[in-house]
Amino acid sequence: MATTFHTALENLRSTRVWKSIFRRGPAITNRTRSVAVFGNLFLHWLPVKVREKSLRVRAAYYLGSLSLLLFILLVVTGVLLMFYYHPAAPKAYHDMKDLRFVVSNGVFLRNMHRIGAHLMVLLVFAHMFHVFYRGGFKPPHEFNWVVGVVLLLVTLFLSYTGYLLPWDQLAFWAVTVGTNIISAMPLIGNKIRFVALGGNIVGENALLRFYVLHVVILPLIAFLFIGVHFWRVQKDGGLTVRSKDDDDGKN
Amino acid sequence: MQNSVPENASQKLGVSRRDFLSEITVGALGIAGLGGAALTYQYFSPNVLFEPSTTFRAGNPDLYPVNSVTFLQDQLVYIVRTPAGFFAVSAVCTHLGCVTQWKPEANMIACPCHGSKFQPDGKKIEGPAPRPLPHYSINLTPDGELLVDKLTTIKADQVLKA
Repeated sequence: MATTFHTALENLRSTRVWKSIFRRGPAITNRTRSVAVFGNLFLHWLPVKVREKSLRVRAAYYLGSLSLLLFILLVVTGVLLMFYYHPAAPKAYHDMKDLRFVVSNGVFLRNMHRIGAHLMVLLVFAHMFHVFYRGGFKPPHEFNWVVGVVLLLVTLFLSYTGYLLPWDQLAFWAVTVGTNIISAMPLIGNKIRFVALGGNIVGENALLRFYVLHVVILPLIAFLFIGVHFWRVQKDGGLTVRSKDDDDGKN
Repeated sequence: MQNSVPENASQKLGVSRRDFLSEITVGALGIAGLGGAALTYQYFSPNVLFEPSTTFRAGNPDLYPVNSVTFLQDQLVYIVRTPAGFFAVSAVCTHLGCVTQWKPEANMIACPCHGSKFQPDGKKIEGPAPRPLPHYSINLTPDGELLVDKLTTIKADQVLKA
């Protein structure tokens, strides 16, 4: 069976289509393995070689990966929710109710999105605390720490903009109170609040603005910074954050 | 050769052609960027709002008995009438924007969100609210109705004489 599979794989690799996609033979030597990584868009930013030490990870190191996983989950469930949601008052509220009581599996998707969002905020904070207490902001990781802070803010803004979308009393007052904090800014506060809400009160314009921010602008910013964040993890020498003393020791 | 530019022309000006052109370019891009930012700001400031009008008629003054506080639900304004006259007090708490409630039994305006308390004329009694409730401009229309303008705040001692 194993030889049959092996032969089938060999045959597949010798086809013209395979060769046109990967443009090289099997990765069986160190050189061909390196070339395989360099020549792939999705792998080329990964280091070709890593230290064994940097692969030794503990459970707490998964916090960042779990945040990414939740982000992907939220994108998938969010896109699915968009099929039944109109960002208009008062339709938005009825759509949310329909998702809960009328649409098949709608309540499952909505709760997955909602609870997933709460969990992501929690995990991103846990990730930040872990990195902070491990000294992960120290050189050469300072820049990636700053990128991480941006991602924390993007996560909070995503959470906040999404909070308005059910268009219920909780959403309305949370955003009323939150945007009133903006107007406490001297001189320009009221103007910024007016532009953020598209009016003087939390109305249809505000709902549409928060919707566009929530489903287009903030996710794009998040994608961009997540890409930089993961890329820098590799370029800064892997996940393991250890001082030189630790490296010398048996730890 | 007589018409050619002297070799030290750029030295005379103290700036090379390349630097001049790049400074011009950066300057032009900067002006264009500022203009773009201004246009974007204008675009995001709506000119027509589908919100309740900020100026409204509050009806005939006789609707409001002396020593009364009347809450206008649609406008979030209290029309207060004292022996001295009328004033219009905002019903929106100055703390975080919740709608306050008139408590006639306690003779105070109270906020349900964080417990701020105000006198009927908007003066702060206690609570996290940092400022008293603002007074809106209140006037009479030519046909004798009360007219409140919520975009104009006036001093608390300005009273529309009854």
